Amino acid sequence: MHVTKNENAWGGHPVLHPIGRGGRLFCRFTGIPYVNLTWWHGAIIVATLLMMASGAAAQYGNTTENILTTIIKWTPLMLEGFKMNLLMSVVAMSVGTMIGVVLGLCQVSLIPQVRTSSWLLTQLLRNSPWLVTLFYVMYIIPFEFHIGGVLIILPDWIKATFGLSLPVLANVSEIVRGGVQSIPETQWESARSLAFSRVQTLWMIIIPQCMKRMLPPWMNLYAIVTMATVLGNIVGVSEALTITRDILAAEGRNELLLPMYGYVLFLFFIYIYPISRVTVRLERKWAVDT
Amino acid sequence: MEKIQHFFLWLYDEYGINFIIFYDPWEFDRYLKGLATTLELCVICVVLSVVVGVVGAWLQGSRFAPVRWAIYAYIQFFRNTPPLAQMYFFYFGLGSIMPKYTNDMGLMQPMMGNYQWAIIALTLFAGAFNVEIFRSGIEAVPKTTVEASKSLGYSRLKSYIYILFPLAMRICMPSLTNNLVNLLKSTSIAYAIGVTEVLYVANQIWAVESNVPEMMNVVLVTYLTIVSVFVWMMSRIVKRMRIPGYNW
Amino acid sequence: MKVISTEIQVSIKDVHKSFGTFEVLKGVSMDIHEGEVVCIIGPSGSGKSTLLRCINALVPINSGSINVCGIEVNDEDVDELSLRRHVGMVFQSYNLFPHRTALQNVMMAPIHVLKQNRDEVEVRARELLAKVRLSEKADAYPGELSGGQQQRIAIARSLAMRPDVMMFDEVTAALDPETVKGVLNTIRELAEEGMTCVLVTHEMGFAREVADHVYFTDHGVIVERGSPDELFGNAKDPRTQDFLSQIL
Repeated sequence: MHVTKNENAWGGHPVLHPIGRGGRLFCRFTGIPYVNLTWWHGAIIVATLLMMASGAAAQYGNTTENILTTIIKWTPLMLEGFKMNLLMSVVAMSVGTMIGVVLGLCQVSLIPQVRTSSWLLTQLLRNSPWLVTLFYVMYIIPFEFHIGGVLIILPDWIKATFGLSLPVLANVSEIVRGGVQSIPETQWESARSLAFSRVQTLWMIIIPQCMKRMLPPWMNLYAIVTMATVLGNIVGVSEALTITRDILAAEGRNELLLPMYGYVLFLFFIYIYPISRVTVRLERKWAVDT
Repeated sequence: MEKIQHFFLWLYDEYGINFIIFYDPWEFDRYLKGLATTLELCVICVVLSVVVGVVGAWLQGSRFAPVRWAIYAYIQFFRNTPPLAQMYFFYFGLGSIMPKYTNDMGLMQPMMGNYQWAIIALTLFAGAFNVEIFRSGIEAVPKTTVEASKSLGYSRLKSYIYILFPLAMRICMPSLTNNLVNLLKSTSIAYAIGVTEVLYVANQIWAVESNVPEMMNVVLVTYLTIVSVFVWMMSRIVKRMRIPGYNW
Repeated sequence: MKVISTEIQVSIKDVHKSFGTFEVLKGVSMDIHEGEVVCIIGPSGSGKSTLLRCINALVPINSGSINVCGIEVNDEDVDELSLRRHVGMVFQSYNLFPHRTALQNVMMAPIHVLKQNRDEVEVRARELLAKVRLSEKADAYPGELSGGQQQRIAIARSLAMRPDVMMFDEVTAALDPETVKGVLNTIRELAEEGMTCVLVTHEMGFAREVADHVYFTDHGVIVERGSPDELFGNAKDPRTQDFLSQIL
């Protein structure tokens, strides 16, 4: 195959061009024409296929409702559940980031005890499965307690969110530590020779520089947290996956199983995919500068 | 053995801390079986997902556009959806349309049980990340090295096997280790479809004995140990693969 | 000077090559005879390296014809493997395979590509290492060798395939002056043994001494051609004179 734009060593590239040897327009192996496609075209093709497939499936419905109308009927409820996922992800991410930044800075502290203990905590929370940490939190923290005569009831989703924020803070701590340690020693030396204190150096010189490097992994972490919120299904939180299963139980129709689970995957996909694309683009854009 | 059992029995009597699996042989056995299942899942999924990664990375450089697209779609699907939802999709969704056969008790049994689906789901999940990792490793090999192999007459496949892949492996070891550690942790999700791994067994025990904190601690330590051993093994492999004169 | 055979080994006729809209080679023609030493000189960007890469099909041409030892390079169904058995190429950045020792680097291609017997290959590889005067470095990894040593190993590696034509793409450009001499001596010996050599080089002194024919290229065309005495002593084209006055 002889394409000339963006050749890598073996000539394979996701975007083909109709510039071939002697203007060849068809691949000599498959007979498929060279086309100029991007992922947009792919998405449209997939969407069309899905529509056709659901239309076809709809023909098989032998009950009063076919699959597509069922899915549409339940969509508002699914979206309610999905809102819960988003809420959990945002809260877990915010809480986890705030504590994680502090923990990360502790990991680069000059005081050995602070450094070691924060490192231990980070490793502990990073190397435990998210589900195990979640179980831990759900079972160990009581669902209600009294403070000064006032009864506070903690709903399940708050406990689950806290349980999810623990791995988040460990990962944020690692991101921050990695970012700070990636700034060359020479920066610290110059700051010191200008009589900056350590805290000043961190805040005014080091951290502004590592923001760029820390953002893509942080965004990636957000994607991971959002996907982890479905673990709430296992501990009884009423989020999208739980609602899907409730719907399936209520409908009791076998032919709905595949489409409904596919639907919930699709919901997550259309939320997460753009985030991961932006992350990749940012990473590429900023990798050149730093 | 006796001493350990006595110690934990004493712990229970004195302080109410119930590490039942250490003083009750039957429960210990049950936990061990769960641990074995977890380890099986870990080993099988690690090996298979690496194979998926190698093959997928090779296919991603293919000259046929449909093949490249298929791999791209596969990666994006498994990277941007929750692993738990994937597992449900496979087990409940695909499982419902799988053919069934009659087992020896005369009942209809699906062809693939939860254990097999868990392996498939986890392998494909980790495999998708591995393809990306290996591909970035291959791209990091200098183009000039590939040119040299081409001008010596290496075909694409041979160049991949003897030159590209050994170099790419060394480059991407850190990310690969990271991803495989994630895989080890993700095996706990199989709990949700009823696979009797460590968390599930612990759940069974604490449902009866009401010793949640103790069992959770045991599970936690189990996973931490598995992860630590794996990371140590990988660092030994990296040391053995070290080339003098390079940072790889 | 030695007698040059009349048999033409490499025949290049009116070759055009563009990268996108940028035309790099604009109708280059030359004939290289067996046993001839050809040097191609010229400013950077004149297409010299591209021409070499077109000869061994690393880069496809847009129009024209290249014929190497009877093999038509721009044929769609060209057997690239047999082509690259006839043509060996050494690059500016040596491109040794970092994960193998020097000896293994030299042995790899005959074993994997030509499927020759391992013991025979080893004997020949050691002979070649002795020829480039690096026998004692047989078990060293490329990372432990200096640039000049790596370059000589790269030459030995290409020679292991027993090519009919050797091409050298600015092989001394990345080396410091002391080591340049060692590499040039190796090439000089090769030339004196009768190997057909095509060199892209900036080493004018070497070209003057060793070459049978010199071509000066600029902006994708061959501006002037002739024997070294003609070109260096009595250049006709003003562009040639300009270039030479800057270099010499």
